[in-house]
Formats: sequence, C-alpha cells, structure tokens
Amino acid sequence: MALSRLSSSSAGSNFIKPLSAALSLRRPISSDTTTFTIETSVPFTAHNCDPPSRSVDTTPSELLSFFRNMALMRRMEIAADSLYKAKLIRGFCHLYDGQEAVAVGMEAGITKKDCIITAYRDHCTYLGRGGTLLEVFSELMGRRDGCSKGKGGSMHFYKKENGFYGGHGIVGAQVPLGCGLAFAQKYSKDENVTFALYGDGAANQGQLFEALNIAALWDLPAILVCENNHYGMGTAEWRAAKSPAYYKRGDYVPGLKVDGMDVLAVKQACRFAKEHALKNGPLILEMDTYRYHGHSMSDPGSTYRTRDEISGVRQERDPVERVRKLLLSHEIAAEKELKDIEKEVRKEVDDAIAKAKESPMPDPSDLFTNVYVKGFGVEVFGADRKEVRATLP
Amino acid sequence: MSTCVRKFGRWVSLVSKRGFSTSTCIQEDASQQSLKSLNLCSAVNQALHIALDTDPRSYVFGEDVSFGGVFRCTTGLADRFGKQRVFNTPLCEQGIVGFGIGLAAMGNRAIAEIQFADYIFPAFDQIVNEAAKFRYRSGNQFNCGGLTIRAPYGAVGHGGHYHSQSPEAFFCHVPGIKVVIPRSPQQAKGLLLSCIRDPNPIVFFEPKWLYRLAVEEVPEDDYMLPLSEAEVIRQGTDITLVGWGAQLAIMEQVCIDAEKEGISCELIDLKTLIPWDKETVEASVKKTGRLLISHEAPVTGGFGAEISASIVERCFTRLEAPVARICGLDTPFPLVFEPYYMPTKNKILDAIKSTVNY
Repeated sequence: MALSRLSSSSAGSNFIKPLSAALSLRRPISSDTTTFTIETSVPFTAHNCDPPSRSVDTTPSELLSFFRNMALMRRMEIAADSLYKAKLIRGFCHLYDGQEAVAVGMEAGITKKDCIITAYRDHCTYLGRGGTLLEVFSELMGRRDGCSKGKGGSMHFYKKENGFYGGHGIVGAQVPLGCGLAFAQKYSKDENVTFALYGDGAANQGQLFEALNIAALWDLPAILVCENNHYGMGTAEWRAAKSPAYYKRGDYVPGLKVDGMDVLAVKQACRFAKEHALKNGPLILEMDTYRYHGHSMSDPGSTYRTRDEISGVRQERDPVERVRKLLLSHEIAAEKELKDIEKEVRKEVDDAIAKAKESPMPDPSDLFTNVYVKGFGVEVFGADRKEVRATLP
Repeated sequence: MSTCVRKFGRWVSLVSKRGFSTSTCIQEDASQQSLKSLNLCSAVNQALHIALDTDPRSYVFGEDVSFGGVFRCTTGLADRFGKQRVFNTPLCEQGIVGFGIGLAAMGNRAIAEIQFADYIFPAFDQIVNEAAKFRYRSGNQFNCGGLTIRAPYGAVGHGGHYHSQSPEAFFCHVPGIKVVIPRSPQQAKGLLLSCIRDPNPIVFFEPKWLYRLAVEEVPEDDYMLPLSEAEVIRQGTDITLVGWGAQLAIMEQVCIDAEKEGISCELIDLKTLIPWDKETVEASVKKTGRLLISHEAPVTGGFGAEISASIVERCFTRLEAPVARICGLDTPFPLVFEPYYMPTKNKILDAIKSTVNY
C-alpha cells in the first residue's frame, strides 16, 4: 500500500494525503504545494550543451515525499541485507543504499510513460516506478507474489505498465535495448523518452559505444544515465577508465554531470534531459553518486576503499540527510516528525517482509513456463528424455 | 546452518580424497614429492604462480584479478610478479579476450580471466571468430596458442540465472580451440599448467562449486597432466558413466549407491571436451555395453549428445541399451528451482537402473 502512494510521488500531493491526514492537526504545511526554489548543491557541468539552471522549483510536500521515499528505500535495502545474511534471499543481490536520490529524483522529473531500463541494481528503481514492498521482498525471496512471480530474483525486477523494462544481469547489455525502446517511442510520436541506466563499470563496455552511435545517428529520444558510484565492482573508476568524465564520453553526444546525491539536482537534470532528447536526440547524464554497500553481497566493500571514505560520504553527501536538513532549515517539518516518518517506514518494511514470507513458492510446473510463448506446443524434456516430458503451456 | 556447510565441506573433501583416485603417474610421483592439502581455488592459484614464475612472458589479467579476483584465485600474484604482468582490466569481456589474442600472437602466454562463465558471451565472437581460426586462416603464419581463458562455471546452489550456467557446449562446436574442465584440486593444477603451455587457445572452465569444497593432497611442484586424455577413475563392469568437472562429485556418490544395489559402474572423467578421448570411452563401453552421460548444461545440444552419437557409431553392436543422458533441464537456469533443474544423484541412479534393466 505504501508504494502505491509512492508511485504518485512525482505529483506529490496524492502521496502526501494519508500522511498529512496523520499530521494535519499539527502541521498543515506538509501538504503545502506552494512553489519555492532551492539551489542545487553544486553547479551542473555541461559538455556540448547549455546546462539547466541551478535553481530548482519544488514544494514542501514534494520535499517531504522525497524524504519519505528515500528513507523507505534505505530501510528496504538494509532489510534486504539482513534477509540475505539469513539466507532467505538467494542468488546474487546488489544493494542501492546511497544512490536513492537518483531513483527518486528521476521519477520527479519524468512521467510513468517514459521508459526506464537499468542493470541489476534495480530494487529501488522498481520501487520508484510504482512497485510495492511486498512485490520487492517476495521477488527477492523467490515467492509467487514477487514482481516476476518469483522467477527472476534480485536482478530481475520488471513493471511493464509503468514503463520499467528491468532488471538486466549482464553489465552494459541493457543500454542498446534502451535505444530500441526509444526508437519505438519516436516512431509512435508519443513524446516520451527512455532513460537507460548503467554504471561506471559498464561505461567501458563496447556495447555502450554502439548504443551511443545508434542513438545519435537516428536522433533517438534516449538518455544514457551513467550512475557513477565510482567503483565497477572492486575497481575504482580511474583504474578502469582513461577518462572517468563519463558525461564527456559521448564526444558528439552532449552530456551533463549531475550531483547524484542531490535529489533536486537529479530532478532538474532529468527534466532538462527529457526536453533536450525530444528536440535534439540523445544526451548522457552522469550522476555522481555513491554506494554504501559492496558491489554485491559477497563483497564486503571495504577492501578497495577506506572506511573513512564511506563514512565521509555519509556525513557530507548523504541524500537522505541532505533533504532532512532542507526540511528543517525551511521549517517544513520538525525533527520529531521526520523521526516519526522513519519509524513508519520501518514498520511498513517489516510488515511487507512478514507478508512476503507467507507468500508461497512458485509451483514447480513454473519451471517450464515462459521459456517460449504459450501455445507453440514445444516440448521440453526432463532430465531423462524417455521418462519426463512436458509440453510447454 | 554453518555447521551443516562445514560438514558438507568435510564430506566432499573425503569424497575427493577417496573417490577421485588420481592417475597412477601422479601417485607414484606423489610418494617422492611434498604434498599439501589444498582446495581447488588454491590449486589454481598455485598453478598461476608456477606459470608466471617459469615463463617471464606470461601475463594474468581480467576483472579485479590484481586484487585476487572475486573467488580469490589470483591472490598474491600481483604482489609477487608486479602490476606489469598481473593487472585489472575494465569490465569489457570482448576487449579482454581480443587483447589476449593479440598478446598471445606476439608469442606470449596470455592468461585471461572471465569472472563468471555466464559473462563470456560478449567475448564469444572473439573466441569463435578470432582466436579459433587465427592459425587456420593465416596458413599458420599467426596463432594465439598462448591464450588461455579461465572462467568459473556451473551451479553453486543459489546462483540464479547469470551465475550458474555451464556454457561448455557452445565452445565444443568450434574447431581450433580446446575446452578443458578439471574435477579436483590436483587435476586443476596439472591441467591448468598444461593448458597455459599448450600451443593452442584454450577455454578452461573451473567448477566454482568446488573452489572451496574440494580439498585434496596436491603435489607442490610443477607438474602437468595430459590434455585429450580421459581417465577411468573407477573400474566397473555393468555401465560406463561419463562426466566432467563438478558433476563427477555427484556421479562418484551414485557409483557407491549403485554398488549397494549390485550394479558395478565404471566412471570416466573426460577432462578435455574437445578434442576428446573417444578411445577411452569406446573401450569402456565395449566392456560394459551401456553408457550414461551426465552434465549440468541443458540436455538438448549439450556435449553429451556428441558423446552419445559418437559412441553409438563406434559401439552400436555392443550396446545393450540406449545411451542415457542425465543433464540439466531444457529451461533457463532457474533461481528457486535449482534442485529440480540439476542432474541429481537420484535422477542418475534411476537412469542407471533402467539402463541396466533395459
């Protein structure tokens, strides 16, 4: 339920209703939609284009929704960490905590008709696209109520009705797919765009450059978003890339470097990118962000970087704390109210996990479904071709 | 849970020590050499140390290898041999293999690591079209024989779609490369050294399930095991079982269970998939009259199909029953249904019984 609220977070007002109802007696301002502007943390750095303004329009209710959504994502990822360690989540699991501002800011700048396609660090992007906590935790634990019916697991979240094309396991492979999505959008003249996300590690894959050329050659409304968390698995960006200025890597394709820890900057950049892409074709957005966890659950995340570096980012640049400070300094919310939100969020996560644990495993016959389209009458053979044989449903 | 895992570890190490009886030449040597109890990961690490030590023109590279790699197989190499010879690459498999081909073409030993066999497909073009045909299409002017591509393959119990696959059959369709898969630490060390020093490009798949589970006495010195020679690791009279890599640990268990039911199984480790040792398998099947092949990859188009066809050609009149294949199912590698997908002990045992009673 919480996430159906979250899905409308870009509009803000909808999402805030149940919350403001709870707070209404004390602080009607939480549903305040009067617009005011906030300066981004650092200026945008542009390559071959004029950067957007540093002054970002927002409203108290939007800021509060940013806080809530990011706190929810943070809590969700930390809970996933515990579930993995308890062996309730199997497979490979990549956590997004630290990068929340990218998922939340992006949704605020675009609509659900725009497409998003990403790699395997996809839990929060999925949540931002309107997924529910129950679907997230069920999928993580391989249960039937998961967004991919428990068949995908951590790396394979999808939500077709809200333009979320997943959820891809192979580094860089999703970016050319994004070009295909963008071409279809352009062909149908529906004025929507595709955001194809990849990491700084994937930026060195050949497919990236193939996709870039295709997108530019055919003026596709594709925005290539490099979520630069500075480490491709265990390798620091400068060890793997001659030029870690990923926003410039498109050469003939314009680019914009964005503070990916500043949700308002991300929102402004995505809004700008969408306008630009519809008029002029592709653009690279480099989101300067940071992941607190290791690359995956088998990586402690502390062998190739110092603990000081991680705690430094937490203190100086944390996306949730930044919004908390803004809310306090603009007197939109009091310390205690924000604490209460965090408590609520915690409970929502705990409730969703409890529910997900009750969700049944997929039926064993699901092992054979979705290999081919239904009705093709293709036979799948069991381990012993003579004994076990099933016609694909 | 952890106790259970530790138990399993001990159990496997017992199995590997007892069941994977090693070839006679190694055992003879072993009596004079110092042996050390190693897991498969450390055995690979030792082989890489020796390879770099004995040939100054050998190089190890891949994603995160200078930090030791995600499985720690390359630990200590960069410290000992320097970052000029042991280095990290960007995340670009096609580039890694292409680079390795060029390096090998200049007469070097290029030892490339692809982090998971599931990630090898971006490099498929380089392996199939560049590496495999370099010697042939240049009329032997050029080759990349010094290239060895290491990649961990196979199930680990909970790897899901992209960390569990066994893609060996794709590469077995490519004349010009060799495909080698070891079953144990001792085998891994000897075979890897052979692969690195073999004058042909080789894809060396390491069973990642056994990296830490399989522990065995491994000779400390520099030794090589022959390629394209299968090994009968258990003698038997009723049925021949053929497998490779991690699957042999399962098949060894099956042999013991079958024996309790009065069926004597002969177990063969193929080791090199192409060019494979038909003679050893043929001789065994001529003796037993029955053949079962087992691998983790999906059954259709798996390498078991090639073995089956070849043996039927060679031993048609000696076969008492159809060749059985107990393999992975024809589905993508599943997340939660791994136990259903896998060619487990009971599936193999059932097939052995029905083949013997055919």
